[in-house]
Amino acid sequence: MSAGPTGVASTGGGGRGARFIDWIDERFPLTAMMKEHVTEYYAAKSLNIWYVFGVLALVVLILQLVTGIFLTMNYKPSAEDAFASVEYIMREVEWGWLIRYMHSTGASMFFVVVYLHMFRGLMYGSYKAPRELLWVVGMLIYLALMAEAFMGYLLPWGQMSYWGAQVIVSLFGAIPVIGEGLVEWIRGDYFISDITLNRFFAFHVVAVPLALILLVVVHILALHTTGSLNPDGIEIKEKKGPTGIPLDGIAFHPFHTSKDLVVIIVFAIIFASVMFFAPEMGGYFLEHANFEPANLLKTPEHIAPVWYFTPFYAILRAVPSKGWGAFLMLAAIVFLFLLPWLDRCKVKSIRYRGWQFKVALAALAISFVALGVLGLQPATPLVNTGARIFTIIYFAVFLLMPLYTARERTKPVPERVVYHGHE
Amino acid sequence: MSEEASVSRRHFLAVATGVTGVVGLALTAAPFIASFKPSTRARALGAPVTVDISKLEEGAMVRVVWRGQPVWVLHRSKTMLEALLDSPIGLKDPESNESIQPSYAKNEGRALRLDYLVVIGNCTHLGCAPLERFEVAASDMGPDWPGGFFCPCHGSKFDLAARVMDGSPAPTNLTIPPYRFVGDELVIVGEDSGAAA
Repeated sequence: MSAGPTGVASTGGGGRGARFIDWIDERFPLTAMMKEHVTEYYAAKSLNIWYVFGVLALVVLILQLVTGIFLTMNYKPSAEDAFASVEYIMREVEWGWLIRYMHSTGASMFFVVVYLHMFRGLMYGSYKAPRELLWVVGMLIYLALMAEAFMGYLLPWGQMSYWGAQVIVSLFGAIPVIGEGLVEWIRGDYFISDITLNRFFAFHVVAVPLALILLVVVHILALHTTGSLNPDGIEIKEKKGPTGIPLDGIAFHPFHTSKDLVVIIVFAIIFASVMFFAPEMGGYFLEHANFEPANLLKTPEHIAPVWYFTPFYAILRAVPSKGWGAFLMLAAIVFLFLLPWLDRCKVKSIRYRGWQFKVALAALAISFVALGVLGLQPATPLVNTGARIFTIIYFAVFLLMPLYTARERTKPVPERVVYHGHE
Repeated sequence: MSEEASVSRRHFLAVATGVTGVVGLALTAAPFIASFKPSTRARALGAPVTVDISKLEEGAMVRVVWRGQPVWVLHRSKTMLEALLDSPIGLKDPESNESIQPSYAKNEGRALRLDYLVVIGNCTHLGCAPLERFEVAASDMGPDWPGGFFCPCHGSKFDLAARVMDGSPAPTNLTIPPYRFVGDELVIVGEDSGAAA
């Protein structure tokens, strides 16, 4: 896909701008990259609303990076000063409240768009060959994002920050033999202390964001190697016109970008509504217990992680054994990684798959949401029983997948994408 | 030198260089990994603390901080001890074989002196601080509740000797720190030298 260095100038004009681009192209493949990834990257014209969440995730990532940088300028990562410095940002820094609410709302919205993005992948078979690596890299991004959110949540040094970190770090103690030593090594102290806070800060603002950016680049490069899939699960590269352009494809820019822009604006409206009118989202985005400074003698009466972790937290709580609870929690994520190899059906999109997959996907989505709701509740016997039932359903979907997907009666997949637009 | 010998020699050199590089990297990583361990200062701050128990009434509990962990000192009353010693509640580790405590606290009361319980108030499940629910058959704990501690995070239950009850996610009894009495008035948490009688 290497366009010659004269890609632009050959149009004849040779104006100042074009000559400047030429000058760059002789030293850096700017035009070639723009063509490969933007103006001559072809995705199906039939992409629906489900295909916007990747772009939205990128938008939120940039928002988090920018707001994060500005928060760092006033935040102090020490047990002594952290809580007060957040209050300082909220009350005394000019527009500090806006920057901080943008960051905290952004964290939750990041998970909203990422969960929808993942569900899209499940529905239309975006994880299936040849996109296994794309899916695995995406899952790594999800893991990095969870680490980023978890460590960021300790930084305000509120009650929920403190005890949430205590619980999650203690999970590593479930590993046989090395567990306890590992926990001490992670904390750098005998308890969650100033030392722990300082190192979580380093991870949250430097190490994990670097890993995230790198993974996002790899994710996009992998996507542009296989090409974007579509709601019909058809490889558009297999039907190319005489010009070598996929018949069902249209260029990412300006066609998909102009549509994405509309969605970004709608998203920004929703985002701003939350940020201005309900930044705490009734305790779901910012938990009330966190408005109290960390007190290492007193655990809040009801402790729950932020909503995006609660499905896994519910699984942890459902098991009356520390070791197995932690193991199942980890397994719940590992199974997602293995999805491309567990699903044996050749047909990609849900539109042409058998009832087995539809039932399984619905069961998975329902159990994930139900676990999320249960994970927010105090651990009463009723909640635990519910969590156990949905944990079993969640795992059954994955464990039985090689069996039921191999038996599916699929519908015939059309030759070309189904598109009801203005031809 | 023959062509073959040259290839195998190059192969050997390439592997040797690679192995040396990996060993070097591992050695270089060691200080970075070690820097994550508790620092000298963090270790020094783990010094013993002294608790005055002269004014601690029967049935009352005081909390202190030792190594950043909550340590409870509970003055167990006669009724508490009676309830404890013949409680019908099932325990996961009644003899404290799996749990952590100094040898002098490995008994039914899990204590040096039966009337005082000294224990680290971090749940052995995931480290939350359990709450005191000393009232027998407390309304929120059910009619069988013998009095003890309840962890709000994940529902683990402990009796008045900090032993974990059946059906709790916590795997072992709460940890007993090293401690000793100085007369009847002081407890020193964090050291026990010479007191292990």
